[in-house]
Amino acid sequence: MSTKNIIAPHRRGKRQNWAVNFALLPMAITVLLCYLGTVLWSIVVSFTSAKTFPNTNFVGLAQYEKLFSTDRWWLSLHNMALFGVIFVVSCLVLGFFLAVFIDQKVRGEGILRTIFLYPYAMSFVATGLVWQWMLNPGLGLQEAVRQLGFPNFEFDWIISQDKVMYAIALAAVWQSAGLVMALLLAGLRGVDEEIWKAARIDGIPVWRVYMSIVVPMIAPSIATATVLLSLGVIKVFDVVVAMTGGGPGIASEVPAKFIMDYLFNRANIGLASAASVVLLLTVLALLLPWLYAKNRMEHANNKGH
Amino acid sequence: MTTTHIPRVRNQRPKKSWFTPARIGIYAFLLMSAVFFLLPLYVMVVTSLKPMEEIRLGQIFALPSQPTIDAWVVAWSSACTGLECTGIQVGFWNSLKIVIPSAALSIFIGALNGYALAYWRRPWAGWFFAILLLGAFIPYQVHLYPLVRGLSMLGLFSTLPAIVLVHTIFGMPVMTLLFRNYYASLPEELVKAARIDGGGFWRIFFQLMVPMSTPIIIVAVIMQVTGIWNDFLLGLVFAGRENLPMTVQLNNIINTTTGERLYNVNMAATILTSSVPLFIYLISGRWFVRGIAAGAVKG
Repeated sequence: MSTKNIIAPHRRGKRQNWAVNFALLPMAITVLLCYLGTVLWSIVVSFTSAKTFPNTNFVGLAQYEKLFSTDRWWLSLHNMALFGVIFVVSCLVLGFFLAVFIDQKVRGEGILRTIFLYPYAMSFVATGLVWQWMLNPGLGLQEAVRQLGFPNFEFDWIISQDKVMYAIALAAVWQSAGLVMALLLAGLRGVDEEIWKAARIDGIPVWRVYMSIVVPMIAPSIATATVLLSLGVIKVFDVVVAMTGGGPGIASEVPAKFIMDYLFNRANIGLASAASVVLLLTVLALLLPWLYAKNRMEHANNKGH
Repeated sequence: MTTTHIPRVRNQRPKKSWFTPARIGIYAFLLMSAVFFLLPLYVMVVTSLKPMEEIRLGQIFALPSQPTIDAWVVAWSSACTGLECTGIQVGFWNSLKIVIPSAALSIFIGALNGYALAYWRRPWAGWFFAILLLGAFIPYQVHLYPLVRGLSMLGLFSTLPAIVLVHTIFGMPVMTLLFRNYYASLPEELVKAARIDGGGFWRIFFQLMVPMSTPIIIVAVIMQVTGIWNDFLLGLVFAGRENLPMTVQLNNIINTTTGERLYNVNMAATILTSSVPLFIYLISGRWFVRGIAAGAVKG
């Protein structure tokens, strides 16, 4: 952190000190109460038998045992993993190709970029609702293709227990692939033109340059995109509620929705808190290696300079 | 400049040659992608302009034969959420009431935090900032119940101040980071000189830093307005029945209707709800991307 302590503390010290402390008070309160405090509270509640209201009847890990013996929780974890893999991989692949192809000095670059990124400005609710309509088996895409002369065409993911997560992933990829494009394009624009000249002179095929030189160079952008997308996976909620409401049946249940349901509809805050702590641990497991790697790289860079 | 033989391998980021297979492939891919990304927008617009009889034909991609804006009128002023039939306009005004104070407050606090962190080092502030940034990654569900209880104790739960406060809390990490990085990139002599001239903490902030912050304030406004407008979860939990934002209202209109689903009305309502962030996106152009880049460098 490169804070600049440029103000000598001894001159007119006290009054300014109080001004700074006062200015930072909202942040301090927010961190202590709203971030640390709420996390601690959730952890404590997860060890109690609380139902509608918090209590102090500590039951150890019973809520966690109950959670992991709930089929619905396992289903939601399974769905999150399935959705996560499809969503992250598809966004990265699609976003990467969009960025690379846009970077080939194509005509209409500005318009294309605008088109690829506009879904990202839309809410996940709107995204889910549009795709719910598009994928409507009776009146949507499936019926339109059938009327074109393919009467056996099937595209009913949204009402299929097995494929509904693919439908949700499709909508989410549509919304977020542009983000990857924007991030990677910024990375590609940072690649030195000299590298391309050198590769041209050596007669190295373009795809080899991308695979061996450019991709490693934009690895930080790729990592950032991957982390952002993965966090989106853990938080996935709006698009599911809007698109399927968790259905058909509970086939598209996800952890965030599971927790909301147990918090506000089923009045089982102990179980819901246990589930949210599991979600928190998942985030930390994803995040800490990334932060660690980032930190090490920054240190290495600082030494190099 | 020498004109010795540099092997003239074209097609590697070529400038002029057009009709090579590689070029055609690139354009084909980009065009197909453009169709994929535009298709839902097209479907939304044509569906919203069709009467229901036309929609029942199942030709989702067909242009409307008798375009009508009836569905838009219904969506805006008389679509039903359960028993109430007042349209999406209620949500629109609620979202405005939520977005304006939330964005203003979170940006002001972010700027103040960023300024204090960048120029007035406090031993404890760095730690708080680090925790705050980590907090940006935690799923809302972890904070939700304690915040509900806390706001209930204050008597604020399900009110406009509650949702404004919650948006300010969850906007604080990114806003603080955004302004801190911006202020850290300014030449430090500026503040030094102001300090020597006798400027205090608040005077330097309001008379020197704020006027210099226009570019980053624009980025912050874009980020916060689109982010808060598009929020669903927090509005659902904290805003209360009287203040449900447009996204929640939209979902209620579409997913709780009984009887025949009016797809044209639904799509008109979806476009109306998305129009504010889309409008911001279209007029802001590169500023929007700057916001993404700024938000992406967390940590």
